[in-house]
Amino acid sequence: MFLINCPFCGERDQSEFSSGGEAHIVRPKQPTELSDDEWAEYLFMRKNIKGIQFERWNHAHGCRKWFNIVRDTSNDKILSVYKMGEKPPVNYK
Amino acid sequence: MPNYRIHKTEYIDETKRVSFKYDGKTYFGCEGDTLASALLANGIHLVGRSFKYHRPRGIVSCGAEEPNAICQIGSKKDLTEPNVRATELELYEGLEASSQNCWPNVKFDIGGINNFISPLIPAGFYYKTFMWPKSFWKKVYEPLIRLSAGLGKSPTEPDPDIYDHKHVHYDVLVIGGGISGIITAKMAAKNNLKTLLVDDKKILGGSTIYQNNEAIKIDDKLSSEWLKNEIQEIKKLSNLTIKIRTSIAAYHGYNFLLAKENLTDHLPEEKKKNKIRQRLWKIRAKKVVIATGSIERPLVFNNNDRPGILLSNSINKYLDYYGVSCGENIILFTNNDSAYETSISLHKKGIKNLIVDLRKSASSELIKQAESLGIKIYFNHVVTNTFGYRKINSLEIMKLSEDGNTTVGNKIKLSCDCLGMSGGWTPMVHMHTQSGGKLDFRDDDQVFLPKENSEDKISVGSCNGDFDLENIIDKTVNKINKFLDIDNQDYQDTNIICSKENDKRNIWLLPNKIPLGKTKCFIDFQNDSTAKDIKLALKEGFRSIEHVKRYTTTGMATDQGKLSNMHALGIIADTAGVKMGTLGTTTFRPPFTPLAFGTLVGRNVGKFFEVVRKTSMHEWHVENNAEFENVGQWKRPWYYPKDGENMHDSVQRESKAARDSAGILDASTLGKIDIQGTDASEFLNRVYTNAWSKLAIGKCRYGIMLNEDGMVYDDGVTTRISENHYLMTTTTGGAANVLNKLEDYLQTEWPELDVYLTSVTDHYSTASICGPNSKKILNKLFPNLDLSDENFPHMSFKVDKIENINCRIMRISFTGELSYEINIESKYGNSLWKMCIEAGKEFNLTPYGTETMHLLRAEKGFIIVGQDTDGTMTPSDLQMDWIVSKKKYDFIGKRSLYRSDTIREDRKQLVGLLTDDPKEILEEGAQIVSDIKSKHIDMLGHVTSSYFSPNLNKSIALAVVRSGKTMKGQKLIIPMENKNINVTVSDTIFLDKDNKKLNA
Repeated sequence: MFLINCPFCGERDQSEFSSGGEAHIVRPKQPTELSDDEWAEYLFMRKNIKGIQFERWNHAHGCRKWFNIVRDTSNDKILSVYKMGEKPPVNYK
Repeated sequence: MPNYRIHKTEYIDETKRVSFKYDGKTYFGCEGDTLASALLANGIHLVGRSFKYHRPRGIVSCGAEEPNAICQIGSKKDLTEPNVRATELELYEGLEASSQNCWPNVKFDIGGINNFISPLIPAGFYYKTFMWPKSFWKKVYEPLIRLSAGLGKSPTEPDPDIYDHKHVHYDVLVIGGGISGIITAKMAAKNNLKTLLVDDKKILGGSTIYQNNEAIKIDDKLSSEWLKNEIQEIKKLSNLTIKIRTSIAAYHGYNFLLAKENLTDHLPEEKKKNKIRQRLWKIRAKKVVIATGSIERPLVFNNNDRPGILLSNSINKYLDYYGVSCGENIILFTNNDSAYETSISLHKKGIKNLIVDLRKSASSELIKQAESLGIKIYFNHVVTNTFGYRKINSLEIMKLSEDGNTTVGNKIKLSCDCLGMSGGWTPMVHMHTQSGGKLDFRDDDQVFLPKENSEDKISVGSCNGDFDLENIIDKTVNKINKFLDIDNQDYQDTNIICSKENDKRNIWLLPNKIPLGKTKCFIDFQNDSTAKDIKLALKEGFRSIEHVKRYTTTGMATDQGKLSNMHALGIIADTAGVKMGTLGTTTFRPPFTPLAFGTLVGRNVGKFFEVVRKTSMHEWHVENNAEFENVGQWKRPWYYPKDGENMHDSVQRESKAARDSAGILDASTLGKIDIQGTDASEFLNRVYTNAWSKLAIGKCRYGIMLNEDGMVYDDGVTTRISENHYLMTTTTGGAANVLNKLEDYLQTEWPELDVYLTSVTDHYSTASICGPNSKKILNKLFPNLDLSDENFPHMSFKVDKIENINCRIMRISFTGELSYEINIESKYGNSLWKMCIEAGKEFNLTPYGTETMHLLRAEKGFIIVGQDTDGTMTPSDLQMDWIVSKKKYDFIGKRSLYRSDTIREDRKQLVGLLTDDPKEILEEGAQIVSDIKSKHIDMLGHVTSSYFSPNLNKSIALAVVRSGKTMKGQKLIIPMENKNINVTVSDTIFLDKDNKKLNA
């Protein structure tokens, strides 16, 4: 059970949050210009890596804000938390 | 009656006798006893039959690791509890316990015949035997196996006990109140850290608390005396909370732990009443110190499972803590020094005993002490067999060969009435591994140890492989100072004297002249798996410990292999010729000991099982006899039976009334989202498939929302209240998800949009009045409102007042009838409803529930998202291409609508179905085929909605059928269990195709 440091509310129990999957997948600005394959890439393809992963989380039972975290999926350590629109920390790749 | 209570101890109050029943017979124990110690005091060792061979079994241990002494407590249908360990159950007046897994009784058990046919039941017996013929499994094998299998009986009625949950936060959690836990707790609490110390026993002190050997001293006192002082001291510390009878069940990530506190299990029946039985502690700790100690290992030799064979240290605890001797002529069989402590204790109390030691020689303080007391020691000897059916009466020992692989010389037969075995100690690494920690293997004494300690978790004491007292105290103090970043000097000058073990010899499977196939060397006592079974599994090709475990069921009983896993691993390693450390272990999963369901659910039972949402009109519905349906968390009126009507009759009456005159529905549960901001129109354009920019103020529009994959997600009517203000409605069940989804897009994809979303579902109550007479009723309620079609046409919105209270009125329809939805602040909901009912009386205004609503909309072919759709339907699949804007550049899901998969023509598509027999009502979910003669029948689709329409006087249904759009008029078949129903594909709209009623 994670402790997540919501950038707006502070440290809270995981049960207050819902996960939104992989972060930094930008919705294409012009979907109609995309081929089926390109659209499928956006729609379905997720990395699901063992190791450093960038994720979206929502403080669903709190401030209801979305934000990003950097998590090491191999040990569940949350390495960084940052707001939507902010650039991901450069020291994790 | 024999009495094996041979001396007084401070933990047993002999003046307070406690009577209890075991297997129907009354016995007496003393206050302070466990069920196990009370039984032993009465000379009872035999407590059950083994699972597979039904061999007589006795008490083996004195703690959570007990494999044999598990019993059924009580006999009430709701309160009886199976698989309770007698070694942990504190005795109370009136306790009723019985042995398990034996019939007719523990002394004469018919299943005992399995013991004699055991060569026929090897590992994997069930897998191998009950394979064929296939048809036998369900009717013959399974019922038979189920009849004879199982440990104990589950209660058959709901648990009446009260359980509780508590959330707590601590700086430091210390698991285990043995010597290292107590030292840790003191150091932490004295340094102003808010500390919680938990221990599963009722008295702190672990195994040190009854330690009384002169060779082991702290500051010139017996270690037990020294520890008692420490316990007195920590009880005074204000920021230390001590929880006894509390065991950690699970250690999750981020130092989140679950602990079970036993509050009443040790109390007599009348004192348990109305009290919380168990409390589940949900603990968040900044730092966790694991001090869970270690458990003694048995030894694996032929017939090592007879009653009267216990772990050596348990004999010691029964003697020194409970004052009970496990026998009068005891043999201790060991490979390490700890059995010598037991031996010396027994000797001091005048109990005859001798030692059989695997080691060639040994030379510690303890051994010297035993030798000087004249205790007979057989070094380099091994027990090869034991005798006695219901209790051990003698055994044979032989000399070990130089390499320890075989026995040499002659058998020596020794008589005894109790055997203590000690195969060394296994650190309890459960907590460490549950939290994700890895293990290292120490070859020296063949133990798995916590590999790493992190900044928020550490293991100390014997669970970390530190076994002698000096090591335990010194290392604990040093580690805790570093771990907590403190500088505690309390133990700086502590003077510790202890015996140091110098000699070790471990043999996992002890040698024997008898071929292994003819021996019974038990590894897992509870699941009856033997060394032979492990070897067989290896012979048959199993290699992974996880596979061997499941094939032989070793370690899979209620004790989860606390005594057996190490031996299984050792034998696998020896047999396969690999190093034990490379094998790894099986996974340690929570809970550490079994946990009652009640503890896990806490107060969330009965009416507190889930949150219940009720509309403002709920009271009226109850008073008017409504049957309710759960929609999400909402209680919605389902139908209103009158004069003994059944559901069908009610729905037929309600539906007819709504079309013939007027009906009223509580629509308050529909999701309502208030949307405001200068970009509100643009936002709606992006989330709905149709166009919104041109919707005039005061008008309503139906919209469908897709997922990015193009599948229908939700639908509802949205009203433009003013230039930058909309009110969106969603389905009842989808409200929360829709709001979350919209927020997601606003915050992450389109942060540039000036839009604010607020859920107002609970803020407004909605009464929906439909039917040809609805306008007349509205006129009575709102006499000043111009209800003409010119001023207030279909799909438009007005604001008016009832008794000075604002109402939002939408002329929208989900039934196909002329229909008005009146929204009012929720606090006035019930009054509004009653006024509507009053005004409608002369028009037979009939309240109707969700079932009638479903029927009415199905007559009109309106879909219900989630009933007629299932997350695989596009608007086109629903024959709703009209709602998808061709002009809009983009909206959620647009691009997916022309993926190769979504433009397939043979997708499942929504159609209507008419039964050839108009009285035949189809079953929702029924499969649809076109042919029933072929061997392989293609399923074309399924029925999604089905009703008998009183207005059309025939059965109607909606269904999704492959290529359904092109099948109008085609005959299809619905095969049911006992008949085939013929149907014809029809249009989805069954009634009033030209919308005459809407505009009536």
